[in-house]
Amino acid sequence: MDHREFYDKDIVSIRDLTREQIELILDLSEEMIPYARGEKKTHTLDGRILGNLFFEPSTRTRLSFESAAHRLGADVIDVSQMSMTSIAKGETLADTIRMVDTYCDVIVLRHPHEGAARLAAKFSENPVINAGDGAGSHPTQTLLDLFTMRREKGSLDGLNIVLVGDLKYGRTVHSLADALTMFGAKLTFVAPESLQMPADIMEHLKAKGCNPVQTDDLESTIADADVLYVTRIQRERFPDPAEYSKVAGTYRIDNAMLREARNDAIVMHPLPRIDEIAPEVDGTEHAKYFEQAFNGIPVRMALLCSILGGEI
Amino acid sequence: MEDFKITPIRNGTVIDHITAGQALNVLKILNVNENTINSTISVAMHVRSQKGYMWKDIIKIEDRELDPKTLDQIALLAPNATIAIIRDFYVAEKYKVKLYDRVFGLARCSNPDCITNKGEPVETEFIVTSRDPPALRCAYCDRMLTNISDNLI
Ligand SMILES: Nc1ncnc2c1ncn2[C@@H]1O[C@H](COP(=O)(O)OP(=O)(O)OP(=O)(O)O)[C@@H](O)[C@H]1O
Ligand SMILES: [Mg+2]
Ligand SMILES: [Zn+2]
Repeated sequence: MDHREFYDKDIVSIRDLTREQIELILDLSEEMIPYARGEKKTHTLDGRILGNLFFEPSTRTRLSFESAAHRLGADVIDVSQMSMTSIAKGETLADTIRMVDTYCDVIVLRHPHEGAARLAAKFSENPVINAGDGAGSHPTQTLLDLFTMRREKGSLDGLNIVLVGDLKYGRTVHSLADALTMFGAKLTFVAPESLQMPADIMEHLKAKGCNPVQTDDLESTIADADVLYVTRIQRERFPDPAEYSKVAGTYRIDNAMLREARNDAIVMHPLPRIDEIAPEVDGTEHAKYFEQAFNGIPVRMALLCSILGGEI
Repeated sequence: MEDFKITPIRNGTVIDHITAGQALNVLKILNVNENTINSTISVAMHVRSQKGYMWKDIIKIEDRELDPKTLDQIALLAPNATIAIIRDFYVAEKYKVKLYDRVFGLARCSNPDCITNKGEPVETEFIVTSRDPPALRCAYCDRMLTNISDNLI
């Protein structure tokens, strides 16, 4: 089994992938690093076209796919304008996809509705990569998170991983928690009660044999953490601004708090951050969120390369 | 035959071994109300099954046989239901409803943000994740269907 088994495959949900398949992608991502840094060059996807179809603005994800494609020698067209005209004309996503499908060799889709990527994959001849569908899944974010943890900690097995912040609405934490259970990680979910992990996801994780700890007390989890994965708590989730300020203050990581942490504990964040991590943390050994952001490039390169049949 | 809590019927359908408590939901599937029926329907709720250790519901409908979609929907609420077609007081045919591993077009997704609720040209699709009682996960948005009975289409 090697990465060629991904040829022409859709990447819709992390749940579609086995642990072995994820490891294949992570291994190839490792090989992509010198190319992602521009230290080595390849034109393996010469003449292939990636179509970015973004129904929601997400500059980072879009540019990261774009950069990944260019590093492999592929061309990129941004067909996101199609989304404007199709919404204005009341066109179905199915029809938009059938059109875009004729312009490119792989479609990268960001869409506000859950399940949009699965639908797109049904209507597209060419492979579809889900770049986030509403509160649904965002598998490339999950892969780059896993990749970051594995690079930094050597292995995912038995790691103590603490997920902090908006666990209810945050799409990244749902697929991440799901994937981490496959790797035998121990999970702790830290959030105010109103933003805790949804019941159906908890059930799903338990069915997979994982028994996550849920708490609203961040400090109590710091000392044992290998990874602190912090996400943003959105102001809009709180009708009462005072309540928001209180919660946002409680779940803020700073150096004082990290003094309790293991020396090799790492702090991750899908970015952009607002106040969740104090800037003073950036200079410490714990901070890995900028590496994490960079890791999006090799991981997306690995996916594009496998799906489009490239070789390095 | 079991003790008759309900009068025998000459022609019609008996839905037996309905999961206890589901009879009224099954009636909803049959779409029976004052304006849609012109025959007798009898419902027995919470009766002992023959095996004696379980409760069940039973529905008997005169002069009607059920179409395949209705049967598939019944299976989503009462996976052990048996269907007996009665002709001239005798059981002419009998079979169990069948709950497949995937079901298409039988229910809408309970997630309002699911792409299948947005006017796209697709049938809904659910994966049956447990069978008794049935639990369904949307093949599009991955969410569990929260209330099967209220979402049948
Ligand atoms: N003429 C009838 N009028 C009304 N109900 C009937 C009639 N004949 C049979 N039934 C009912 O139809 C169902 C199937 O009949 P059958 O004789 O196969 O019952 P059974 O031997 O109890 O089977 P099972 O093992 O499925 O319980 C039973 O619920 C029975 O009570
Ligand atoms: Mg019987
Ligand atoms: Zn759905």
